[in-house]
Amino acid sequence: MNHFLRYLFFALIVRPLMMVVLGTNVRRREWLPEHGPAIIVANHNSHLDAFALMNILGLHRLRHVRSVAAADYFMTRPLRRWFATRIVGIIPIDRNRVRREDGKHPLQPVSDALHEQCIILLFPEGTRGEPEKMEAFQSGIAHLAKLHPDVPIVPVFMHGLGKALPKGESILVPFFCDVFVGKPLPSKVDKKEFMKALNDSMLQLASELPQQSWA
Amino acid sequence: MTHLGSEVRIALLAIFVALFVTTIGVFAASRLLAQHDLSDLRHRVRSWWIIVGVFSLAFAWSTSATIGFLCFVSFLALKEFLSMTPTRRADRRVLFYAYLAVPVQYSLAAAEWYGMFIMYIPVLMFILIPTRMWMIGHTDGFLRAAGSLHWALMITVFSLSHAAYLTVFQPGTEPRLATSQLFGQTSTEAGPGLLLFLMLITAANDIFQYAWGKSLGRHPIAPTVSPRKTDAGLIGGMASAVVLATIVGPAFTILGTAASFVAGLLIAVAGVAGDLCISALKRDLKIDNFGATLPGHGGVLDRADSLVFTAPLFFHFVRYGFG
Repeated sequence: MNHFLRYLFFALIVRPLMMVVLGTNVRRREWLPEHGPAIIVANHNSHLDAFALMNILGLHRLRHVRSVAAADYFMTRPLRRWFATRIVGIIPIDRNRVRREDGKHPLQPVSDALHEQCIILLFPEGTRGEPEKMEAFQSGIAHLAKLHPDVPIVPVFMHGLGKALPKGESILVPFFCDVFVGKPLPSKVDKKEFMKALNDSMLQLASELPQQSWA
Repeated sequence: MTHLGSEVRIALLAIFVALFVTTIGVFAASRLLAQHDLSDLRHRVRSWWIIVGVFSLAFAWSTSATIGFLCFVSFLALKEFLSMTPTRRADRRVLFYAYLAVPVQYSLAAAEWYGMFIMYIPVLMFILIPTRMWMIGHTDGFLRAAGSLHWALMITVFSLSHAAYLTVFQPGTEPRLATSQLFGQTSTEAGPGLLLFLMLITAANDIFQYAWGKSLGRHPIAPTVSPRKTDAGLIGGMASAVVLATIVGPAFTILGTAASFVAGLLIAVAGVAGDLCISALKRDLKIDNFGATLPGHGGVLDRADSLVFTAPLFFHFVRYGFG
């Protein structure tokens, strides 16, 4: 990562974009992890999701914030690859390679980053999909929870960025974005129970939204 | 600051003094009345400092800066409106055009092109928005989408932009109403004084309503819309606003005493109407506030709710009487 350029990019471009053009409405900001190692799990609607979360975490935590992203999308073209790895600082995970190779779990890079005291952003839907529609969560997060039982996993529900910049659109339309932070998930439970807790938590956070019709 | 006459500068200074005295009063009250929770009041006062501070900075800078500031307020209000009302996904492009209307409308005000200013949103956007919408071909919810988007533009852009046009208002040579004796001695620009008058009386009306309603209010006047608006708040608030308008109007605007009285009454009535109109909208959307930009007040639209109705009415009153 190019820390200097990354800092400039977030201070001069992401911050004004998120605070003036879009605007975030955060509930319970104080529940976000103050330092790593920690995992933030969020639903995924837009490329802007990671920027919004990184902006809310603030420049003082930026150095330690990494976002897990699809290698099969972000690592394909040279410029996109440079931007994703050097500026945004993604942890690339190939969604098509789900088996263990050389005895390593596909999510091993995430574990490594947690050992480096990072705050990890993870979107367990695995895709932006239909904007503002939650897809089923992939269970990789349960694996991480099991491996790192002492790392807090904070659920965050996001709404609005799927309207501002959904998949396949190039025009940005300003909208306020809601970010609702939930209580840390229980980590010392089995996979099925963990996934249920994650789902329940997200649905509960989503129910805080006022009425929406999205025809 | 040459665009501000000395009487307007004094008025601006007086507003800061009043805000300072209020701040000290609230600070003292929260010390003395420790058993009451005055945090809402403290948040309100703190937000007033931000509003008055940023506005004054732009206002003292130049008329262009003032119009730029109001343009930004309109943008924030439109963003709040569109974020809180349901929109159709198919209409993303149309929403983008709606946002473009904000700088266009304020440029028309800055350019003093009155004919275009007054027809751009009510006529051109009125035709353009539904036309772009039928081109998309998505007919489900067409009326709701076209209607609410146009209403959004009327409320947050068209109405508020009248405050911007007021800044560059030029009085005519043969006014229909009597002008103030004091006006014209130190400055020739009528606009900044009129804008400050509109802002001051609209805000004072809100504050008087709040203060009278809190201390004496019994019977809500519109219980289903806003239980906090009471009879005492309405009458006491309006009377106080009219008295203030009649006193300060001739002191730093072109308005004579009689015109100031009428303008005060107009702003007081329209202010309450605008406030209740936005309240009704919030009840319909099942929300308490349009945002949290201004702690104690809510969003920008929650603060500018009265201005939505007072700005166009006061503007047309001035234009008819002195244009």
